[in-house]
Amino acid sequence: MPKAKAKPPEELTFEQALEELQQVVAGLESGELALEDSLKLFERGQGLADRCSQLLEQAELRLRQLVPDERGGYREEDLEVEE
Amino acid sequence: MTQLSFSGYAPRTWTIGDLVHYLRQMVEADFRLQDLWVKGEVSNLSRPGSGHLYFTLKDADASLRCVMWRSDAARQRYLPRDGETIEAHGHLGVYESAGQVQLYADTLRPTGEGELFQAFLRLKARLEAQGLFDPARKRPLPEWPLRIGIATSPAAAALRDVIHVLRRRFPLAEIILAPTPVQGPEAPAGIVTAVRALNRHALPDVILLVRGGGSLEDLAGFNSEEVALAIAASEAPVVSGIGHETDFTIADFVADVRAPTPSVAAELITPDRLELAEAVSGARVRSQRLFEQSLQARRDALREARLELAAGAPRARMANARQRVDEMQLRALRGSRSQLALRAASVSGLAQTLRAVGPPAVLARGYAVVQQAASGAIVRSAAQVRPGESLDIRVHDGTFPATAGAPKKG
Repeated sequence: MPKAKAKPPEELTFEQALEELQQVVAGLESGELALEDSLKLFERGQGLADRCSQLLEQAELRLRQLVPDERGGYREEDLEVEE
Repeated sequence: MTQLSFSGYAPRTWTIGDLVHYLRQMVEADFRLQDLWVKGEVSNLSRPGSGHLYFTLKDADASLRCVMWRSDAARQRYLPRDGETIEAHGHLGVYESAGQVQLYADTLRPTGEGELFQAFLRLKARLEAQGLFDPARKRPLPEWPLRIGIATSPAAAALRDVIHVLRRRFPLAEIILAPTPVQGPEAPAGIVTAVRALNRHALPDVILLVRGGGSLEDLAGFNSEEVALAIAASEAPVVSGIGHETDFTIADFVADVRAPTPSVAAELITPDRLELAEAVSGARVRSQRLFEQSLQARRDALREARLELAAGAPRARMANARQRVDEMQLRALRGSRSQLALRAASVSGLAQTLRAVGPPAVLARGYAVVQQAASGAIVRSAAQVRPGESLDIRVHDGTFPATAGAPKKG
């Protein structure tokens, strides 16, 4: 459902965008919306789908590792792995 | 006669075939020789094209020929080399054409593994009694493992296998490696530290504990009590992928999910990118179709209204149409909820049509109304006007006077 506080799709994680996209489809399926609302919902859905596709296509597995630090804890560093 | 002894016993003369066959029956009839472990050093190991395995087991005093059929050899997790001391399980038999007693082996293991296995069973029983393997303890895996902790050796093929699978299936994730040795005496403490460090400093959604295949001795680090307790204490669910399908370690029993190999562990915890892409494009297409359907329903309603309007004179129909609008609004109000929006939309479409054909809108589009200045009558026919007659011409934003010229043929 479109809400006044809805975030722009670019700010959503994949999980959030996909979940809202599924809600959009359910909203359109209900068939109870005025034209203007269903247009808004539809446009929101397209934006969410774009966001999801973009995240999936551009995603690159990030590799990190824990390295002991001087204070007896750990810090994260990039991990290089030879294929 | 000379062969007769006083006892009256004369030894029989055997054929070789009978004798060796008898020997074979004797050996096979002794149950102690039909299910045994024997320990010795391997020599003369060979594996010809048949796939069967031939070797000799020996110690300081004696040697024994051994054979392992291809089907059994294929099942072995461990195959020895010359010079290694091993334990072989199987049954004794006699290879008649060579007159040779030999061991038909079905299982081979390095010496010492027997004791290791006994220790494994004792620990397993003890931890099981403590409830560490209780199915009720198993935690569900997260749906979206965006931070994946991995406890393994940075040099392990297992790590590369896992990364390979995650890149393909779920590149949205971030993996955090906690490096630890996975074999040798430092392995148990290292694994414990890695699991704890991941929980405390990386806050992963799930932890993979992985290692490639190896002998029971190689996997000993995953069969220690401290590792079992660290897994049980982990806040994030732990998925084990240790060795090959046939390897079971204590860590596997305590883990929330046991995967047969590291690659399968990585698959088990992640959604697949292709399936996700399909879900997205499915939702995209579906929302487009639904929206177009709702547009079409409204277009149909509008076209119907236009047809009805066009059927009569605009002015005469205007009142009727207005009334119809009122009626439709009433009906829309009374109508079911799901119909309401649709009807309201067709009403608003109708009103739009009305505005489009009403006088102000017509004038605004460039039409004009011509009136005779004297009478104020609207000029509907060229015959109505005489040359030189004064006229008033009304356009959408005002009226101006004009004088008629000579009529032209229409």
